Amino acid sequence: MTARDGSTVLRVEHLTMRFGGLVAVDDLSFEVQRGTITALIGPNGAGKTTVFNCITGFYRPTEGRLALQRGDPAVWQGLEALTDGGARGVVRPGGALFLLERMPDYLVAQQARVARTFQNIRLFAGMTVLENLLVAQHNPLMLASGYTVLGLLGLPPYAAAERAALDKARHWLERFNLLDRADDPAGELPYGAQRRLEIARAMCTDPVLLCLDEPAAGLNPRESAELNELLLIIRDECAISMLLIEHDMSVVMNISDHVVVLDYGVKIADGAPEAVRNDPKVIGAYLGVADEEVARVEAEVGL
Amino acid sequence: MGGMQPAGANIGTRLAEALRDAGRTALIALGLFLPLVGFETITDISNVLVLTTRWPLLFTLVGSIAAVRFIYLLVLAPRLERGALRLPPRASATAAGILRNWFIPFAVAFVIVYPALVVLAVGFGGAVRWIDNFGIQILIYVMLGWGLNIVVGLAGLLDLGYVAFYAVGAYSYALLAKTFGLSFWILLPLAGTLASFWGILLGFPVLRLRGDYLAIVTLAFGEIIRLILINWVPVTNGYAGIGSIPRPTLFGIPFTAADNGFAAVFGLEFSPLYRVLFLYYVILALALVTCFFNVRLRRLPIGRAWEALREDEIACRSLGINTTNTKLTAFAMGAMFAGFAGSFFAARQGFISPESFTFLESATILSIVVLGGMGSQIGVAIAAVVMIGGTEIMRQLGFLKQIFGPTFDPTQYRMLLFGLAMVAIMRWRPRGLIATRAPSVFLKQRRDISVDLVAEGRG
Repeated sequence: MTARDGSTVLRVEHLTMRFGGLVAVDDLSFEVQRGTITALIGPNGAGKTTVFNCITGFYRPTEGRLALQRGDPAVWQGLEALTDGGARGVVRPGGALFLLERMPDYLVAQQARVARTFQNIRLFAGMTVLENLLVAQHNPLMLASGYTVLGLLGLPPYAAAERAALDKARHWLERFNLLDRADDPAGELPYGAQRRLEIARAMCTDPVLLCLDEPAAGLNPRESAELNELLLIIRDECAISMLLIEHDMSVVMNISDHVVVLDYGVKIADGAPEAVRNDPKVIGAYLGVADEEVARVEAEVGL
Repeated sequence: MGGMQPAGANIGTRLAEALRDAGRTALIALGLFLPLVGFETITDISNVLVLTTRWPLLFTLVGSIAAVRFIYLLVLAPRLERGALRLPPRASATAAGILRNWFIPFAVAFVIVYPALVVLAVGFGGAVRWIDNFGIQILIYVMLGWGLNIVVGLAGLLDLGYVAFYAVGAYSYALLAKTFGLSFWILLPLAGTLASFWGILLGFPVLRLRGDYLAIVTLAFGEIIRLILINWVPVTNGYAGIGSIPRPTLFGIPFTAADNGFAAVFGLEFSPLYRVLFLYYVILALALVTCFFNVRLRRLPIGRAWEALREDEIACRSLGINTTNTKLTAFAMGAMFAGFAGSFFAARQGFISPESFTFLESATILSIVVLGGMGSQIGVAIAAVVMIGGTEIMRQLGFLKQIFGPTFDPTQYRMLLFGLAMVAIMRWRPRGLIATRAPSVFLKQRRDISVDLVAEGRG
């Protein structure tokens, strides 16, 4: 699988999420290309995290289709048939296609392999850094332990699987510069390291799509520059597509290949970082409009 | 208040303050004890209720309470505030390390030779009481504590109805053994299976509940099982209970005085001690199996998933862990060990009734787990020894009657002492005796985790 072949990994179509009378996300459509970083930005309360929760199965969208594909892009052709049928997804030898809006949260992670991090870090604070990474490999390990039966008896296949899991954990710890802290409780790590650990834990699930909710929040400029570098390396080496919510514009502009801007649940811009940065609508949403334009805007909205 | 003032500078103010406070305490005590202690109703010879007063007793009580308060404020409180009596903060971590290194082998060796020590100490005749009341009774609760530890300590699901599974195990054994004449060794796994089935049955409705709500529903479940046992008279015989339950045999050799009994077969003089010894080693083996399972499960993916569930359920789901199944296996596993313990209990007693499965039992088991330190194997075992051993020792303190008079019954003070012990533990060791968590896996060095970081679980 090449890192970037221009094919789509996630297609969000007409996503709408209503909470009672509040429309948090209104008819949002966008695509994430394979091997690229797509940033989802917007002012506070624009509905970014809601979009994340819909994609990762924590919310069931009111309307819309969320299709995720991995492997051979040819499986996209089965999208309409899949939508008409009742199934959650199709898995073929070459690739797989899933409709995320039909899947509960844990299956989105387990089968569609969408991993995520959280805005307010959610680590297993009382477990060590290493244990955190092993919990992330729960499903393959569970299978290797014969759903606990073989593991209880201490049979060799499980021991081998556990060694492999430890190796993978060690690999990601090295990558994220956490190896020295492997045996420390996750809750004792400094804030920046906790952010990194959460991404490392998500990477241990072998994701196809990695959703990062404000990964640079609370990091100092040096840490956030390191994070940028790390995310680019992951994107290029592991052929992983990323979707990230971010307020730190240095992160957004430096590493994203594509930016989607939300305001009050509506998409107001979609394109390359440079183009989005100069889009008057985006500037308006973030900074308000210039004085001389107020009259025109008021007329537009009918005040 | 007093601690903020420079020490010694104004002893006078401190004295006055302590006096005032002691006076207030005396007033409160007077108000409380006047109706409770001050007045007494007794039936006189002509069967009429007469109100009498007990002023001396009342005033001694109130006076001593005020005196204790006064001394506490004047002497003890300033010292406490200066931190003189505070425990060293890192003591627990090293203590746990020492425990692991030499305490466990010593403890296991001790429980194996315990019956021999008892026989040596008190002779053949008196040994039955010591092995049965202390050994077997404590080991049953150690096993129950370890079983509940899976649900409460590892998975963080507060279960107040654990005794229900103990009851299911006991009644399964009693009914199946009496009806079908099956042996203890066949029914033991069967009782465990049935109990874990009930564990899953309880698990389903409570999956969405967390914290207090979960506790309430499990409490209700425990009561439902007990009420069924009371009211389903055709099957369970209600309050009267089930008697003459078949006793376990050693490969078909019963422990009776008959010609084919254990003593006769091995050419020994009959003694009830043999059966007690046999039961002791059976429950010891069962408890060790429970312990082995617990230790092993913690290092397997399922055990880590339980602990992760206790720490953060949403993060678990984001990592692809099926939290429904994980919770249900925790309930099922915990219930299974209660089922084993229950069937052993029925086989040992030979008689069971709903009286043995009240909420108090659930509370005892839960307090063993909480006092021991949630998730800690050693802590739970120590707490069981203290709690159950303490109860039994209270029964053995008959000699106190010679000091306090013939009406003094030490067992009546059991709950009072437990209450005090629990308040003390919650004051100084709020997270239990063993307040560290040992990681299940490590790269370079195993370092214990202070429980301040470990979540208690919200269901």
